[in-house]
Amino acid sequence: MPQIIVENLVKTFRVAQRRAGVLGAIAGLARRRHKTVKALDGVSLAVEEGELLGYIGPNGAGKSTTVKILSGILVPDSGRVEVLGRTPWKRRVETVSRIGVVFGQRTQLWWDLPVVESFELLRDIYRVRSADYRRTRDELVGLLDLDPLLDTPVRQLSLGQRMRCDLAAALLHSPRILYLDEPTIGLDAVSKLAVRDFLRRLNRDRGVTIILTTHDMDDIEALCRRVIVIHEGGIYLDGTLEGLRARVSRERRLTVDLARENGQVSDPDAEVIFRDPRRVTLAFDPQRVAPAELIARIAARHEIRDLFVENPPIEEIVARLYQGAGQ
Amino acid sequence: MRPYLAILSARARVLLQYRAAAAAGFACQWFWGLIRMMIFQAFYQNAGASAPMNIQQVVSYVWLGQALLLLIPLRVDGDMAEKIRSGNIAYELLRPIDLYAHWYARAVADRIAPAALRAAPMLAVATLAGWLKWTSPAATAACAVALVAATLLSAAVSVLVSITMFQTVSGVGINSAILAVTFLLSGIIIPLPLFPDWLQPVLNWLPFRGLMDVPFRLFTGHIPVSQLPGQLAGQLAWTLAIGLAGRWLLGRSVRKLVIQGG
Amino acid sequence: MGSLALYFRLIGASVRSQMQYRVSFLMLSLAAFMHTSVELAAVWALFARFRTLRGWRLPEVALFFGIITIALAVGDAFARCFDILPRLIRSGEFDRMLIRPRSVALQLVGHELTLFRVGRASVGLAVLLWAAAALGVHWTAARVALLVTAILGGVCLFSGLWVLQATLSFWTTEGLEIMNAFTYGGCETAQYPLAIYRPWFRKFFTFVVPLACVSYFPGLAILGRHDTALGSPDWFGWVSPAIGLVFLLAALRVWRFGIRHYTSTGS
Repeated sequence: MPQIIVENLVKTFRVAQRRAGVLGAIAGLARRRHKTVKALDGVSLAVEEGELLGYIGPNGAGKSTTVKILSGILVPDSGRVEVLGRTPWKRRVETVSRIGVVFGQRTQLWWDLPVVESFELLRDIYRVRSADYRRTRDELVGLLDLDPLLDTPVRQLSLGQRMRCDLAAALLHSPRILYLDEPTIGLDAVSKLAVRDFLRRLNRDRGVTIILTTHDMDDIEALCRRVIVIHEGGIYLDGTLEGLRARVSRERRLTVDLARENGQVSDPDAEVIFRDPRRVTLAFDPQRVAPAELIARIAARHEIRDLFVENPPIEEIVARLYQGAGQ
Repeated sequence: MRPYLAILSARARVLLQYRAAAAAGFACQWFWGLIRMMIFQAFYQNAGASAPMNIQQVVSYVWLGQALLLLIPLRVDGDMAEKIRSGNIAYELLRPIDLYAHWYARAVADRIAPAALRAAPMLAVATLAGWLKWTSPAATAACAVALVAATLLSAAVSVLVSITMFQTVSGVGINSAILAVTFLLSGIIIPLPLFPDWLQPVLNWLPFRGLMDVPFRLFTGHIPVSQLPGQLAGQLAWTLAIGLAGRWLLGRSVRKLVIQGG
Repeated sequence: MGSLALYFRLIGASVRSQMQYRVSFLMLSLAAFMHTSVELAAVWALFARFRTLRGWRLPEVALFFGIITIALAVGDAFARCFDILPRLIRSGEFDRMLIRPRSVALQLVGHELTLFRVGRASVGLAVLLWAAAALGVHWTAARVALLVTAILGGVCLFSGLWVLQATLSFWTTEGLEIMNAFTYGGCETAQYPLAIYRPWFRKFFTFVVPLACVSYFPGLAILGRHDTALGSPDWFGWVSPAIGLVFLLAALRVWRFGIRHYTSTGS
């Protein structure tokens, strides 16, 4: 029985339109025009307990609308949703006491108070028993290395520190499901790795179901085996990361570092996409020419110092995917 | 001149966008005017003829006040306060125009657009209801001239008060306090002549009467039209003095900011 | 943790946060003090010139002034987050409250207890104490209790008005200032005994927005005067503050309806 069931979710919004210029502003005093936006147009998906999935799509595709409906703070026009056996907007308090939500750009901590005071306030809000609270808090503080930060006011924390504290705060009441919206946005490399590592362990060791909404494809690559792509209110793709890649392009890339400066590296079955006096990158279709074959051909004609074969960056894949979905 | 006109126009456009806000503001002030009018009428029942203004003049004064309320410096400029607090004021300092003139133009626009929008319906309603009595074309014209000077004076006061926010971290509180006093001394709450007699000389020497009291009393004839030049001179002199003070204070504040690094 | 205890925990956090900005608090309190003093100065100036207001003397008016001013200040401190709801919605703070397993109204009033309103409250209190001394009324326990309940009733009334304003803001963020006519305008109205206003005005502030029930009628009862304006029985002033509470509870009913609308249309 999946933990989260979504069937045929539909949601439309009415947006007021403003007109430009002074005359338009005066005209706006009389009558307002409205535009209807279909945010979700028959979205269906199912998530099993313990999954770690990425929920991606261009801006305005319907990601945050979906998350709001799953959290119970938005009521859809039609469709069926069940989270932990409950309809979220009908049983708000029961649902939200079992989920955690982290917004990357907004903190839920009390800005002027020490971190630990925010934790204690959340303990009281979520009615967590003292013993459970102490245990969970100590675990999270250990895992996220928060001990030196506990007495610091939130406003004095760096972005990376604040995100770690927000992660802990969202988990104090031991939710079964965690929604994350852009958790690594604006973070430095070290913090990003720390956050990813923590999420991986949380999912693997504690079986917390994690739904990650992000534009950072490295997050997706590092964490998610399953990816759902939403576009213009509909599910475009629901599968693995490899499936996503294959769907867009089989292309692989060979980068060769040369011993001597040479501008002549080329191959009939490959396209040169980057050229430097000492380095060349070739894009090729592995079904047309096998990687080993291509390497052999080039090695036969040029002296190679180093080489590596890789996939195109996931950003490019996804960008092409969004463009393809638009057609 | 063109950049300043552009600023005026942009500001006006922003302020015109909110139609329900405009209607609500109008309703609010209509209500306020009603309350104040009834309070004065109640006081005047026992007053007899000893008061320095008759009830008709007071009622006209009240409704003029509500119609033109948005001309006087009411609130601390929230945008400005936020920019100073966050340090974004640095962007303003980078623009290639005279900073004081830029803010002054904004202050004038912030007064004219909302006030004009509010005044027309307010004056119409007050006149139709018989509360606002128009005396003579000369008096009306004199009032209009004095209102122009009042707008200039109001903008100068508003900018000066805003500039003092550079001086202290929590300038908003002090500014609000200053504005409250300005409010009282402009006549908007009680017509100035109704204050105790021993306070009158003080009120006459302060600049704030130029904001509301002078134009309104010209309108009702309480100040004869013949005195317009003298009153106008007073308003403009104060505008100049406060404007120059504002410029000087701004210069000092900017230098301090630049030296400290913001 | 139970709701009441949680409320005190939350405003405790709010107070601690505000106390970190001590200078700002003092300056804002000063501003509030000045604003209210200006209102008081107006009342004083009018009495200095006219001596009486339709048979009412300054100490009597001061009683009304004190009651409603304190009620507004406390109500303003208490229901602040209902007043600024559009801001909380824009910042996402309101959605965060919906994601917590508690009553949203509780979280809203717990989010902030605006301390600098003490500036206004202190003027109200000073005026009330002066009136109490200058009136020559015999202050029995009953009269003092009535005074306190009148103020509490006023707090409920003003809070209810802000709850209604917040509910309105779910439909539109413009035009909400209309409520200021009833909150701040209502306070200014009730600074004087309601008897001095026109009949339709008095009826509005008795039956639609029950301002009179939390200031005028209790004030009459304390002063031992008969209601010549609306003709209410003498005992009415002793129970009328409860109507403020009823108003608040009705407003909270409407609020729930507003939340339902918010969750179905999003923001």
